[in-house]
Amino acid sequence: MLKMMDENEPQIVAALRDDLSKPELESSIYEIAMLKNSCKLALKKMKHWMMPEKAKTSLATFPSSAEIVSEPLGVVLIISAWNYPFLLSLDPVIGAIAAGNAIVLKPSEISPATASLLAKLVANYMDSSCIKVVEGAVPETTALLEQKWDKIMYTGNGRIARIVMAAAAKHLTPVVLELGGKCPVIVDSGINLQVATRRIIAGKWGCNNGQACISPDYIITTKDYAEELVDSFKCELELFYGKNPLESKDLSRVVNSNHFARLLKLLDEDKVSSKVVYGGERDKSNLKIAPTILLDVPQDSLIMNEEIFGPLLPIITIDKVEDSFDLITSGTKPLAAYMFTNNKKLKEKFVEKVSAGGLVINDTTVHLAEPTLPFGGVGDSGMGAYHGKFSFDTFSHKKAVLYRSFAGDAPLRYPPYTNGKLRLLKALLGGSILGIIRALMGWSKA
Amino acid sequence: MMEEVKPAFDSDKAAVLVNELRKTFNSGKTKSYEWRISQLESISKMIDEKEKEIVEALQKDLSKPELEAFLSEILMARSSCKLALKELKQWMMPQKVETSLATYPSSAEIVAEPLGVVLVISTWNFPFSLSLDPVIGAIAAGNAVVLKPSEIASATSSLLSRLVGEYMDKSAIIVVEGAVAETSALLEQKWDKIFFTGGARVGRIVMAAAAKNLTPVTLELGGKCPAVVDSNVNLQVTSRRIVAGKWVCNNGQACISVDYIITTKELAPKLIATLVSVVEEIFGKDLMASKERSRIINSFHFKRLVNLLEEDKVSNKIVFGGQREESQLQIAPTILLDVPEDSMIMQEEIFGPLLPIITVERLEDSFAMINRKPKPLAAYLFSDDEQIKRKFVQNIYAGGMAINDTILQVTVPTLPFGGVGESGMGSYHGKFSFDAFSHKKAVLYRSFAGDSPTRYPPYTPGKKKQIKALLSGKLLNIMLALLGFYKD
Repeated sequence: MLKMMDENEPQIVAALRDDLSKPELESSIYEIAMLKNSCKLALKKMKHWMMPEKAKTSLATFPSSAEIVSEPLGVVLIISAWNYPFLLSLDPVIGAIAAGNAIVLKPSEISPATASLLAKLVANYMDSSCIKVVEGAVPETTALLEQKWDKIMYTGNGRIARIVMAAAAKHLTPVVLELGGKCPVIVDSGINLQVATRRIIAGKWGCNNGQACISPDYIITTKDYAEELVDSFKCELELFYGKNPLESKDLSRVVNSNHFARLLKLLDEDKVSSKVVYGGERDKSNLKIAPTILLDVPQDSLIMNEEIFGPLLPIITIDKVEDSFDLITSGTKPLAAYMFTNNKKLKEKFVEKVSAGGLVINDTTVHLAEPTLPFGGVGDSGMGAYHGKFSFDTFSHKKAVLYRSFAGDAPLRYPPYTNGKLRLLKALLGGSILGIIRALMGWSKA
Repeated sequence: MMEEVKPAFDSDKAAVLVNELRKTFNSGKTKSYEWRISQLESISKMIDEKEKEIVEALQKDLSKPELEAFLSEILMARSSCKLALKELKQWMMPQKVETSLATYPSSAEIVAEPLGVVLVISTWNFPFSLSLDPVIGAIAAGNAVVLKPSEIASATSSLLSRLVGEYMDKSAIIVVEGAVAETSALLEQKWDKIFFTGGARVGRIVMAAAAKNLTPVTLELGGKCPAVVDSNVNLQVTSRRIVAGKWVCNNGQACISVDYIITTKELAPKLIATLVSVVEEIFGKDLMASKERSRIINSFHFKRLVNLLEEDKVSNKIVFGGQREESQLQIAPTILLDVPEDSMIMQEEIFGPLLPIITVERLEDSFAMINRKPKPLAAYLFSDDEQIKRKFVQNIYAGGMAINDTILQVTVPTLPFGGVGESGMGSYHGKFSFDAFSHKKAVLYRSFAGDSPTRYPPYTPGKKKQIKALLSGKLLNIMLALLGFYKD
C-alpha cells in the first residue's frame, strides 16, 4: 500500500481534484501523508499488536496462566465516504489487514474518480484474493449488506447507519459506525484570538471547505466577545483566501449540486439570510460558496438543526461562557467538540460536562492525527473507534484463553456437597487466610 | 396470596420511565464516585444480608443445589462487586497517552464517561448473577440502569425487583419485570446502551431494535461449546472437569457448558467409562434420585431435550443414562456416542444434560469439525501436547477457551468474557464491565504557543514540503523543516 501511494501520488491528487476540487496541499497532507503514517505505524507495531497479552490469574484458578489472544474476525466490509474518499477508504483497510482479515471495500459513488482509482490501484498493488473493491451506489451497497460479514465498518451519516446496523443485526454482525454531528466550538475571552481564529478556519474551511465530520460546525461565544471574534475572522479569512474567496485555489468546492442546493437552503432561510455578517457569495456553475459567517441565527432554524457540512459558520452568542455547556448538551452528542480558553476551571468543566466522540482544547480537528487517541463517536455520532492500535483491535476478536494443568485438582469442587465442603469453599474463595485455616481445621473434623 | 392486577407496562410507561432516568442522569448524580461506591456497597450488603433468600429463590426456579447457587451466583456477584469497589478509583482515572510531533506541543488523555441510561436484559439460567453482574458494571461506569430479569426464573425476578427497590437508589436503578410485551415496550425506547444475555434469535431482535436509535449493544449469546479430548491426558481429572462443566453447572443449562465432546476412536471407550464412573461417584448410582443437580427449567425445555434424544438415528446411540421423569423435570446425565452430524442434537445448542461424543481418526480432524459450526462462546481442549495446544488456540475460533479445564475462564476477571460471531459481540467481567458501559472520550490539550503559519493558506509548495517533512517522523527532515530549509 505504501508503494502504491509513493508511485501514484499525482494520480491520487488528480482524482481528489476531480471529485472535490481539493487543494493539492490538503490532498497531500490530509489524505496521503496521514495514510502513509497510518501504514508505517502498522508496519512498525504489528508484531507487538499481534502478540498475546498475558493476564494475571488469581488463587481461585491456581495453578493456571491466562492470556488474551487477538484473532481476525474473518471477512469484513468497509463502506467509505466521499469527503476524504482516499483516507477514509484505506485507513480502515489498514486496520483490517493488520488484524488478518479479508476485505471488501465499497468506496462512495459520490466521489467517483477516487472510487475507480482505488479499484484500479487495489487490484494492481494488493492481493486480489483477499482484498476487493466493489464500486457502485445503492443497489450494490444493498446487495453487499444482505451478505453475512464478520464485521462492517461504515463511515457516513446517521440515516444510512441505521440501515447498515439493521442489516448487520440479521447476521449478528458487529459494526463500527463513524458518523457526524454538529461539532461546536466554544470561544472564551482572554485568549490569543489570532491563533484561535486561524485554527478554527483551518478546521473549517481548511478541511475540505467544512465538509468534514469533525469540522467546527458552529461557534458559541459571549455577547461581549462576539464583535471582536467576527472582526478577527474577517481579517484572517481575507489573509488566507483573498478578497475574492470564490476564486481561491485553496478551497475545496461543494461536492455536488445536491449539497450545493442543500447549503443554499440553509443560508437563504427566512430569519437566517439577514444574519450573514461575512461572505454569502455563491457560484453555482463552479459549485462554490464563499466562507460565510452568520451571527445569532434562531435556535430553531434549519442551519442550527442539521449538520452543516459546508462553508457556513453560525456564531451563537450567550451571556456567560458556562451557558454554552447546556446549549451543547441539549443537542445530540457530536463527533467532536472544541473549546478555546486559558481558564483552567473552564477546561475542566468542559471535559467533564460535554460528551462527544473526542475533545480538543485550544485547537480543532488535530486529534485525528494522534494514533494513541481512539477516533470514534458516541450516541448519534457513532459507535466503536479506530486509528493506531484501535484499528487493529476493532477488526480483531480478543479471545480469552485459560491454561490449567492436571495437578491440584481438589475434590472440593465436586458433589456430593457436605456442609464441611461448603464452609471450606466459602473460606477459600473468600480469600481470607484465617478463614481458610479455620475451615481446613473444621474440614478435617467434618 | 391475592395477585394485584397491575396496569400493563406498555410503551408509554416505558417512555416515562426512561425520561425519569434521563433526568436523574442529566442531574449528574450517577457520575459521582461517591454515588457509585454507595450503590456498589448497597449491592454488597444486599448479597450478604439476603444470601439465604437468594439461594431459596434459585432453588424454587431451578432446583439449583445450594453449593452451586453459592459458587456460581452469590460468589460471582459478590466478587464482581468487591472488585469494582476496590478498583473503581483506578478505573475512573483518565488514561494519559503520548502525543506525537504532529501536534507538538500538546498533551492528551482518554477519559471514561458513562453512556447515560442503559438497559440490561438478563436470562433465566443464572438469573441472579447474570442480572447483577452487568448492573454492577453499569453502575461502576456511572450510568442509570433498567434491569429486565427473565420471567422464566420468576422467583428470582420478583426477589430482584423487591431487593433492588429496597437497597438501591430508585431514582437511578429500576427493575422492570415481565415477558415479551414488557421487553418489547422497553426495546422501543432510546437507550444509550443495551446489554443482552440470551439466545441468538432474540439477540437479533434486540440489535434490530437498537439499530433504530443507533444504540450500541453487548450481546452475550451461546453456541455449541466443544471439548476436545486427547489421549495423553489424566482421564480421571479430565472427566471430573467435564462433569463439573456439564452436569454440575446448572445441569448443562449454561452458555459455557460443554455441549459435545470430540475424541479419538481409540480413546472413546476409556473416556466414556471414566465419565460414567465419575458421574456415579458424584451423583450416586440412582441418578434420578440425586438432589445435586438443577432440574430442567420448565416443560418446554424438557420436551425440547426429549425430542433431541428421541430423534431417529440418535436414540440408539445412547450409551449411558437416558432416563427421564417429566413430573420432576429431570433427565439423567446422558452420554451418546457418534450421533450423525446432521442430527438435531448436533445442530442446535443442547442446553441440557445430554452429552454427545463424536469420534475422529486423528485429533486434528476435530478442528475442522468445530470450525464448520458457528463460533461458540467457549471451546475446551484436554491435552498434554504443547503443539496441539498451540494449534488449538491458533486455529479454533471461539469467544474464549480453557485448556485442560472447563468453564473456569469466566471466573478470571482479567479475561474478557464474551462471544464472537453467532455467540455474541462485546464482553464484560472485571474492568471490561466498566469499559462496556463507558464511552472512551479522546481529549487533546494544546496551548497557543508554537503556532506556525505553515498550516494555513495560502498554500505554497514550500509549505507543503515543510508539513510533509514535519509529519514524516524522520528526524533529519524535521530538523531541516524547523531550520526553515523548506521555505519558499
